[in-house]
Amino acid sequence: MYAIRHWSVRHARGLNAFYKGFESTLVALHPLLRRIGYQRLERPVAAVERGVKGLLFDCRMCGQCILSSTGMSCPMNCPKNLRNGPCGGVRANGHCEVRPEMKCVWVQAVAGARRIEGGLQAISQVQVAVDRRLQGKSSWLRAVRQRTADAP
Amino acid sequence: MKFEDEPVPGYPLPILPGHTSPGRFERVLRAGLFAVTTELDPPDSADPEDVYRRARVFDGWVDAINATDGSGANCHMSSMAVCALLTRVGYAPVMQMSCRDKNRIAIQGDILGGAAMGVCNVLCLTGDGVQAGDHPQALPVFDLDCMTLLETARTLRDEHHFLSGRQITFAPRVLLGAAENPFAQPLEWRAQRLAKKVAAGAQFIQTQWCYDVPMLRTFMRHVEDLGLFDKVFMLVGVGPLRSAKSAEWIRTHVPGVHIPDAVLKRLAGAADQAAEGRRLCIDLIQEIRAIKGVHGVHVMAFRQEHTVAEIIERSGVLNGRVPWYPGRDPQTTANRIAS
Repeated sequence: MYAIRHWSVRHARGLNAFYKGFESTLVALHPLLRRIGYQRLERPVAAVERGVKGLLFDCRMCGQCILSSTGMSCPMNCPKNLRNGPCGGVRANGHCEVRPEMKCVWVQAVAGARRIEGGLQAISQVQVAVDRRLQGKSSWLRAVRQRTADAP
Repeated sequence: MKFEDEPVPGYPLPILPGHTSPGRFERVLRAGLFAVTTELDPPDSADPEDVYRRARVFDGWVDAINATDGSGANCHMSSMAVCALLTRVGYAPVMQMSCRDKNRIAIQGDILGGAAMGVCNVLCLTGDGVQAGDHPQALPVFDLDCMTLLETARTLRDEHHFLSGRQITFAPRVLLGAAENPFAQPLEWRAQRLAKKVAAGAQFIQTQWCYDVPMLRTFMRHVEDLGLFDKVFMLVGVGPLRSAKSAEWIRTHVPGVHIPDAVLKRLAGAADQAAEGRRLCIDLIQEIRAIKGVHGVHVMAFRQEHTVAEIIERSGVLNGRVPWYPGRDPQTTANRIAS
């Protein structure tokens, strides 16, 4: 939801800290998750992720979440899918060129990044091209498997 | 003054040490000369003469000509085809490449193809949204963004492989450029974004139209603070405004164009508004030229391309230098072809 999305950016610091803890918990649970089977967990976890992040961030389930690097403003809400910063068409009032009624997700992202410790360094990292095959998959499970070097 | 060692169509220049392309434009920039680029309005036609006629009006006044890629999301002859025609007779085009209409497969193929035709400069853009143009029903692709496009082009050139990892046997030797808009929100982060583009591979920048020099100065100070002055060539966008009315239309309808009220006032107060628009453009060029870290201007005179020569001449930025154009020095060309 648009209003909640903005609330999330205002609370970027807290949400980022919460996610860090959540991810660590998942990493600690890795042996259990592996026992159950990542394959089998994919659908239910993705469904929960879609619900939670959909509500908080208008998440589009790109499957390769970078919210911690974008001040908790989901870049996939940018009509141009920009993951590396705003385009040159941002309006003087900070709204989107394509959808004038919407605040630019990158103006929001910079504001959110300022609230997160190390956020401005994170937002300055160049993000690689999106892997479109991951659309709809769980970013959470992917992050755990990457951190535990159990990458699929 | 002539720039030595000009190319002959089909005969690429040797690549000098520290250069990445065999192109004239890179030589001008690295020689520390004040560079002038412009934009060719691509025709709504399949007649090559339409392209050549539009290029000829710049003869002797510009170092490179941008071939736009469906700018404003309007359909015209493709950037690739305009470049093919221009390189055929020796012009130095800047091939604009936008992420709006092509995915990474098409884009990489076009970079190879462009370089094979003699394109030495590629400008990596995100592209305007389809809603801005004459085909709002179209599918916006945006598979890559300008940043990943830069990285892709650099990977092809420096690492000699596609994004897939598959090797290419002869790398595209191109100078990579990007756009920047120092006048759009979030203002305080724009220089950071430029730094990101430089990190992704941008070697030159062409900015959005500048009508606000103090704002540009602030931006350039941020660029300097980030240590980017010796890492990227900055070409500032300029252009003549036709009248106060058209300036008003542009600033309300074209996203990302910032025109201060003082500019509108100056135009409105003039007897001949178009002439005043050209004078304003010349004044801006002279002010911009004095800013530290600026290496040239990019003149975007949409539908007023015939005024570019006069503007550049009166601004005096070329200092008597005559950029190469087909037929500038027939004897040198003949000699080199003969040898």
